[in-house]
Amino acid sequence: MTSHGPLKWQFGTLAEVVQETPRVSSLHLDVPDWQGHLAGQHVDVRLTADDGYQAERSYSIASAPDDPRLALTVERLDDGEVSPYLVGELRVGDRLELRGPIGGFFVWRGDVDTPLLVIGGGSGVVPLMAMLRHRANIKSTVPARLLFSSRTQADIIYRDELSRLGAAGDGLTVFHTLTRERPAGWTGYTRRVDETMLKEVAWPKQDSPAVFICGPTPFVEAASQLLVGMGYEPRSIKTERFGATGGTA
Amino acid sequence: MKTQIEEARLDGNAIGGLLREIFAVEMTAAMGTCASCGAVNEVGRVQVYVHAPGTVVRCPDCEQVLMRIVRGRGRYWVDMTGVRCLEFSDA
Repeated sequence: MTSHGPLKWQFGTLAEVVQETPRVSSLHLDVPDWQGHLAGQHVDVRLTADDGYQAERSYSIASAPDDPRLALTVERLDDGEVSPYLVGELRVGDRLELRGPIGGFFVWRGDVDTPLLVIGGGSGVVPLMAMLRHRANIKSTVPARLLFSSRTQADIIYRDELSRLGAAGDGLTVFHTLTRERPAGWTGYTRRVDETMLKEVAWPKQDSPAVFICGPTPFVEAASQLLVGMGYEPRSIKTERFGATGGTA
Repeated sequence: MKTQIEEARLDGNAIGGLLREIFAVEMTAAMGTCASCGAVNEVGRVQVYVHAPGTVVRCPDCEQVLMRIVRGRGRYWVDMTGVRCLEFSDA
């Protein structure tokens, strides 16, 4: 997977757009000579203006390594430089310049028997979704739990697919929490992630789960500190921060 | 109270692409030793600030500067005074 030398910029062609929520879309790309990737990795995307000005951003890969196309799930940030173009202007058939795959720390290979605990805030669910899709594709039955924090019900990315994956009976349980809404009939949590919630969702520390947390920086740091407070070994927790604006949690 | 700078903090995953421009291999799983406190952390765990001119990398344990990387006008400036050692796979 890892090769020597710098990563080359290459072009993918947008083959399909799937709108996940009002602000979030998945871009399915055909990338010739794509070298393959691991669940959890990202790509850098580069836009070049007519005057040569370039803007670069990182986007997590949403597709599993074994999926036919490379998928990026992008949240449109209204004050963003790149995402309003990706979600709104880019059309099927357009080319997009990217390089990757990038990353070797925040990856889940699916080759261990330890339980998998993934915690996502907003678009932080994207690399975790690659892990869960990979887990389903390889028919892994390692126990897995997703705790997914969204603002409102309408903001839940991959909602239908997550309920399908959670109902497959292969050991995955999906927990949702909403931070800005209490819809009628909602059976999930309706508050920010806290210790009581994590004690209900997470395995006891002696089960030594692999833990991946991704989302806005304050979300990631709060969740990881809560787990450490519960006795989790800090080294068992892998985190990826999207910064202040990178999510909807 | 958390400052805007703290909330915008990223981690070493965010500079995986930049480090691949400078080093020959994937670096977010590399182990770095802080020259200040001696803590050993994967690059994926370090604190990264990209809102300064250039990129500032800090130790997650003692918050001292590990690396500063500036790219511009076709050149790189890489200050690694704060890193005593980097260990990484050759694969």
